Amino acid sequence: MNERVKKLREQSINAKPSLSLERALLLTNFYQSSATDKTSIPVARALAFKFLLKNKKICINDGELIVGERGPEPAATPTYPEICTHSMKDLEILNTRSKISFSVDEETRQLTKDRIIPYWKGRSIRDLIFENMDKEWIEAYDAGIFTEFMEQRAPGHTVAGRHIFHKGFQDFKNEIADALNNLDFDNDPEALGKKEQLKAMEIAADAVLILAERYSEKAKELAKKEKDSKRKQELEQIAEICNYVPKNAPRTVWEALQHYWFIHLGVITELNTWDSFNPGRLDQNLFPFYKKDLEEGKNTSEEIKELLQCFWVKFNNQPAPPKVGVTAEESNTYTDFCLINLGGVKEDGSDAVNDLSYLLLDVIEEMRILQPSSMVQISKKTPNEFLKRALKIVRTGFGQPSIFNTDAIIQELLRQGKSIIDARNGGASGCVETGAFGKESYILSGYFNLTKVLEITLNNGKDSRTGKKIGLETGDSTQFKTFDELFEAFKLQLNYFIDIKIKGNNIIERLWATILPSPFMSLLVDDCIKNGKDYNDGGARYNTTYVQGVGLGTITDSLSSLKYNVFENKIINMEEMLKALESNFEGRNELWMKLIRATPKYGNDNDYTDKIMKQVFNEFYMSVNGRPNTKGGCHRINLLPTTVHIYFGSVIKATPDGRKEFQPLSEGVSPVQGMDTKGPTAVIKSASKIDHLKTGGTLLNQKFTPQFLADDDGISKLLYLIRSYFRMDGHHIQFNVVSADTLRKAQNNPELYRNLIVRVAGYSDYFINLGESLQNEIIERTEHLSV
Amino acid sequence: MKETRGLIFDIKRFAIHDGPGIRTTIFFKGCPLECWWCANPEGQKKEHEEIISPFQLEENDECIKDVIGDEISSQEVIDEILKDRVFYEESNGGVTFSGGEPLMQPEFLQSLLALSKQEGIHTILDTSGYGTQSIFEKIVDDVDLFLYDLKLLDMEKHLKYTGVSTDLILQNLSFLVDKKQNIIIRIPIVPGITDSSANLNQIGKYLSELKSIIRVDILPYNKMSEAKYNRLGKTYKLSNIAPPSDERMSEIKNQLELFGLKVKIGG
Repeated sequence: MNERVKKLREQSINAKPSLSLERALLLTNFYQSSATDKTSIPVARALAFKFLLKNKKICINDGELIVGERGPEPAATPTYPEICTHSMKDLEILNTRSKISFSVDEETRQLTKDRIIPYWKGRSIRDLIFENMDKEWIEAYDAGIFTEFMEQRAPGHTVAGRHIFHKGFQDFKNEIADALNNLDFDNDPEALGKKEQLKAMEIAADAVLILAERYSEKAKELAKKEKDSKRKQELEQIAEICNYVPKNAPRTVWEALQHYWFIHLGVITELNTWDSFNPGRLDQNLFPFYKKDLEEGKNTSEEIKELLQCFWVKFNNQPAPPKVGVTAEESNTYTDFCLINLGGVKEDGSDAVNDLSYLLLDVIEEMRILQPSSMVQISKKTPNEFLKRALKIVRTGFGQPSIFNTDAIIQELLRQGKSIIDARNGGASGCVETGAFGKESYILSGYFNLTKVLEITLNNGKDSRTGKKIGLETGDSTQFKTFDELFEAFKLQLNYFIDIKIKGNNIIERLWATILPSPFMSLLVDDCIKNGKDYNDGGARYNTTYVQGVGLGTITDSLSSLKYNVFENKIINMEEMLKALESNFEGRNELWMKLIRATPKYGNDNDYTDKIMKQVFNEFYMSVNGRPNTKGGCHRINLLPTTVHIYFGSVIKATPDGRKEFQPLSEGVSPVQGMDTKGPTAVIKSASKIDHLKTGGTLLNQKFTPQFLADDDGISKLLYLIRSYFRMDGHHIQFNVVSADTLRKAQNNPELYRNLIVRVAGYSDYFINLGESLQNEIIERTEHLSV
Repeated sequence: MKETRGLIFDIKRFAIHDGPGIRTTIFFKGCPLECWWCANPEGQKKEHEEIISPFQLEENDECIKDVIGDEISSQEVIDEILKDRVFYEESNGGVTFSGGEPLMQPEFLQSLLALSKQEGIHTILDTSGYGTQSIFEKIVDDVDLFLYDLKLLDMEKHLKYTGVSTDLILQNLSFLVDKKQNIIIRIPIVPGITDSSANLNQIGKYLSELKSIIRVDILPYNKMSEAKYNRLGKTYKLSNIAPPSDERMSEIKNQLELFGLKVKIGG
């Protein structure tokens, strides 16, 4: 890493996240003016976007080669009052909470009170969503049965496709003109609506060109003042590049990166899409430029590496927008989930690994920063050499890259009806979510607390934490004679709550489609322009809505315990069990030890339990999969938790698997923490009994001590584990390589471990930023190499 | 192959230090030797025995005792072995029979080896070599690779530190060499006991004359099993010995390589 990159990286790491009102104030000014009096909603949104980009502060940091900040400076993070209007109390919490805080100065408070709240209160989509939900939904939400992604974050889950690297915004504008020309007012009842959408998209395209022009001007201005001749030349070049892209399609690596970065800024300024938008298959998308640059002698590979490293820093300068309430609990992190994909297969199905894939791995290894995150796609055609190179980075212990199964991803996409080409061009984003890059809106709608549903079933519809009846009366569980009777009751309860969730989704989707369309995002995702439809309204080629199941391990072990201890071996009857759970096993140590030690557990390749896991999986799948959404697509499932397993655990009393009250649930498809006693092959066998191909992503977390991977032999063994899992259709696996001792030290002396990054659940985070319970959980997670 | 039963004390999946690839290791209970440095003292006695569990209900509660030793049929063991077939195939791994001393339960071992071969699984026998030649004759065709321990060539010292003499061990080794078997020799490096120059030279010279020795693995002594001795109520005689340093291991490696042997540190 050269001096320039070192300095930029250092600045980025040390930038303290703060709350910036710039965007909120501009937006408020705009909506309070008369500018929107006579326009449709989409056009008003586009004009607002243009107003923002025309008036926001332009920031070029010292020495950087890729330019553009979302806020007025690095880590100055905007708010989105039209989505979530922070209360004064919210600001206080954001400013003072111990984890993932944002500093809020006095001026910000005053302006929020005087300007932002008075205008937006009651107008934000968050307020509208809660207003439109019925009693059942609110009760289930409050009880922690599910979360709601869209209550303060925009439905943004998508990834840039390759085509955006080959098109300038002038091309998009031409496409819009064609689409406008082709509108059929005689036969298409939606023609007028489409016209408004297309007009909005055109305005959004102009908006980003204005931003680029302003950066070009700023660079020119700085160049004039610059004393250092080398930097002067760089600034002049930056000015030229910003003058050329994103208006035109890029010609060089530098242009391609700057082109993408303007697009990225547009996406994250228009709305707080919060997760996942990223350049996708970066080694594929950049390769033509890379090859050409080298051939023409424009850049050496060392120079290209420097550009990539500067590009990396830009991601890290943009912390995820501040979250509050349940959303902060479910996704408690600064990371905005940009997951760079490397490897995989090409459009024709052949292996896609190229020289740039390896160069990008070098960049990841050297940068070691939180954002962007990275992953490698491994198909059966991927050379072991590439996987080994990636594992050598995994070994260094910062949780990147995570490892994905290309062949599984393709089959998942095909099963959902995508074309083979779109499937091969796809990948995974966010944590582990499968998507057709550049063609799909795949929205995560909320986490679903499977274990909580079991708890409510055991209590005949009552929430034992609050005593409130919120579920169906599915029968007095102490009267159940068989496990099947219990499971039938669970099924009814599950379907009841899934119905509530999906009904809510259908309303919330409509609110977003009508109130907060996203014309800029619509430019980028096929086929929104062609369809004349907004991205939030089903304009994309594919539209999927996900419900993410959480706690598969905990609910499986709980059901397994009931089957084994109550119904089959009659070690304890249901009434006694319920009492023990109610009392958090107080005075029942012997029972508790039996539940922990002498009851079959998921993750040990034991068919008794794994069959129950499959039963739960199938019921969850059947209750969600294929149910229509409001955008011409349908609902599907995946299994991942981000940090919600901590929150979901905090609303559940003790469970029959021996979990004490309010402790975290298991995460992803991993076994309950510490209950996998047969080693990693058994975990992988158990996890592979899930029908991964019916999901849009699953998450399996494994932890290894650094010693295990110290030599090449350890790397090979890890590679074999991965290859075996993927042969059995496993979707994803990630590794934390760190010793429990190190983690304990970090917990006690956080100031000495500021650089320690661990993989939490689908993403990496600084260990010291994690809550204490999550820190403890990571420490406790079974270390597979016990000797 | 007729169904047999045997006594084991552990089945370890994802064993990665007991031969090539990812393996499952079956630990037979019972051993004719009683080496001072034994890493698996719970495998020595050929009957069930109690061990104090590391688990405790409350701080001041009585200790929980676990029973060591599972009586199990060869079919049950094979079922367990086959669970990881996909990993063996991807990694060129297989099953390793270890202990204790598998030769102490000859029929059980023979049946397990034969069943494994029927399933096309790569087999390793990890042995002290202490058994009759007739047992070796029966199993030799079903073993793909021997991990064969050599500790001390001095008869008296061997008797002192392991409880048995070297006769059978050396006879069986030359039998296997004659039969052109694949053999990896394993030498535990215990400071002050097996690591004397004299012993290593003796072993080196002896091995240099044998053909079909693929490699010599030198295994640094470690103290990880000390707690187990206490929990079993056994005395750990090596409390005062420190594990050999990396430098010392390299020296030993060099010393043995002088005899034209291929040497690896660790298993």
